[in-house]
Amino acid sequence: MNFDFADQAPKLMMLLWGLVAFAVVVGGLLVLLDAVPAFFARRREAQLVAASVSGAPLPRRTKPREGLFALFFLLPTVLLLLIGLVVPAIRTTLLSFMDSSSQNWVGLDNYRWMFAEDAIVRVLLNTLVWVTLVPLVATAMGLLYAVLVDKARLESLAKSLIFMPMAISFVGASIIWRFVYAYRGEDQEQIGLLNQIVVSLGGEPRQWLLDSPLNTLLLIVIMVWIQAGFAMVVLSAAIKAIPSDIIEAARLDGVNPWQMFRQITLPSIRPALIVVVVTISIATLKVFDIVRTATNGNYDTSVIANEMYNQAFRYGENGQGSALAVFLFVLVVPIVIFQIRNLRQQRREG
Amino acid sequence: MTTTTPPAAIGTQATEQRSTRAARVSRRLNSRIATLVAIVIAIVWTIPTFGLFVSSLRPEAEIKTTGWWNFFGNPEFTLENYQDVLFGQSSSSGQLASYFINSLVITLPSVLFPLAFASLAAYALAWMNFRGRDWVYISIFALQIVPLQMALVPLLSFFSRGVSLGGVTLLPAWNLDGAQNFAQVWFAHTCFALPFAVFLLHNFISQLPKDLMEAARVDGATHPRIFRTIVLPLVAPALAAFGIFQFLWVWNDLLVALIFAGGSDVTAPLTVRLAELAGTRGNEWQRLTAGAFVSIVVPLLVFLSLQRYFVRGLLAGSVKG
Repeated sequence: MNFDFADQAPKLMMLLWGLVAFAVVVGGLLVLLDAVPAFFARRREAQLVAASVSGAPLPRRTKPREGLFALFFLLPTVLLLLIGLVVPAIRTTLLSFMDSSSQNWVGLDNYRWMFAEDAIVRVLLNTLVWVTLVPLVATAMGLLYAVLVDKARLESLAKSLIFMPMAISFVGASIIWRFVYAYRGEDQEQIGLLNQIVVSLGGEPRQWLLDSPLNTLLLIVIMVWIQAGFAMVVLSAAIKAIPSDIIEAARLDGVNPWQMFRQITLPSIRPALIVVVVTISIATLKVFDIVRTATNGNYDTSVIANEMYNQAFRYGENGQGSALAVFLFVLVVPIVIFQIRNLRQQRREG
Repeated sequence: MTTTTPPAAIGTQATEQRSTRAARVSRRLNSRIATLVAIVIAIVWTIPTFGLFVSSLRPEAEIKTTGWWNFFGNPEFTLENYQDVLFGQSSSSGQLASYFINSLVITLPSVLFPLAFASLAAYALAWMNFRGRDWVYISIFALQIVPLQMALVPLLSFFSRGVSLGGVTLLPAWNLDGAQNFAQVWFAHTCFALPFAVFLLHNFISQLPKDLMEAARVDGATHPRIFRTIVLPLVAPALAAFGIFQFLWVWNDLLVALIFAGGSDVTAPLTVRLAELAGTRGNEWQRLTAGAFVSIVVPLLVFLSLQRYFVRGLLAGSVKG
């Protein structure tokens, strides 16, 4: 209990500096944008007065220079995006064709390595399993739950329970689930819920996170647990947006709940469904924290984002790490194109 | 006239009654099953977190030898785990209090900067006329799909070595030290957040009524004034939505912090420390449970109190697209 507050002072000073910088940059920008036009307005006023006094023709009003203004509004964003995202992304693409010291060009070697090394092929396959299962299962769970609790009593409480994991960090979620998967020897009392259930059903306790390929599935459970809430909220809103006269008409026609779901609900929420699947797919492709916290990528559970971190920041293999990052980007592109196509189609129909 | 009822009508009425009763029964049965399934899902979703929370309040010896469900038969309650994990002095204990402050220091500016910059940019892209406007918006929008993994290696070398082209130093290295390293975490988080922030806020700002803007222009208000006095107050819910998003994202982030904050207790946030504890002391459940809960509690409070805005932002960001 010797928490020394003095040790924290430099950090809090730094926070203060950060906030001061924020006030200066943003406030300064706004003041500047306010002061400059005011200055021009005053000058024009003076010109007008001078002109009317001397009887000279009134000076023509100069066109307001919106472009210049817009430049200042956009400047911080565009600058930061260029420095922090665009240039680095281009540089990463270049690095992926270079060796680990980023000095010599090696052509496609890093990509060849990616598909030749068994361990990396395994990583790619794992990623494939993740990106197929997580969107499907999470969306299905979210949809099921959204339909079940729709217009039920305590709906908002029920939704909060499922939605809550979204507020928990991937690291926290991984610890929560590692505790569920915890293992104790057969002769001891189990402390993990999963093993306790297995034991009480007469089975033998297992070290869940060590068994490949089951361990990958158990990690996927964590991601589904987090993402189902997102799916549920978006889909629930879409369900509520279905016009009530359509539902009423269907009910008068005497459709049963299943038909109602297949023929009314599902087609109506199709756009939202696609958005959910796409969003979860992209998030899943980039999953890193769960694998790192739960198994550190050991026991055949690694995925692309985790391997990219290891290669680039632990083994100093910048070329190979960059190649993995580029590959990740390449995987995201078709998903996004699919979504854009769908949006366009929707617009045309709507 | 109305006293005589044709027998046929009675018949149909009866069958109708029977069928509606059957329908009602089946509907009630359906809704019973539905409720049951919903409750089961809700329990499965809640119980892992609940177990962790209960465990964090049990004495170390109890956590390590018996399951947390035994707590209800034999309730032994202690706050020692929290005390140890927050303030303990040995290097193996969490010392999480210090990391907690780091998380705060990282999060506040990382939320404020993108919020301010993106709302300025979104306003310009929605309501100012200049050449290439759509082109700029589409570029920023498209940047959303670039995974941040694409930027990590070069950005780190930009901080540590600066940028030089053909031997000419364009930008010097930042040469940060100790607590100053927070600046590079803020910078990285701000850059990575901007595409989504601009997109989300543009969705809201571009939907403000056109008449309002034109009236303000006719009254002689300049763009900065319109932005400050009309737009900002009107889109406050959207700002709140993005603020919560970004807060949760930064507070819960591991990857960016690992790379740009380092692992020391001077700058690393809670997530980095917890991941480290989970890696090196994976069986010290008394610390992991309490530690995980310490990291969860702030976002959970923010989330529960501001859920309305969060959901609104989620829907605007994903569905309107």
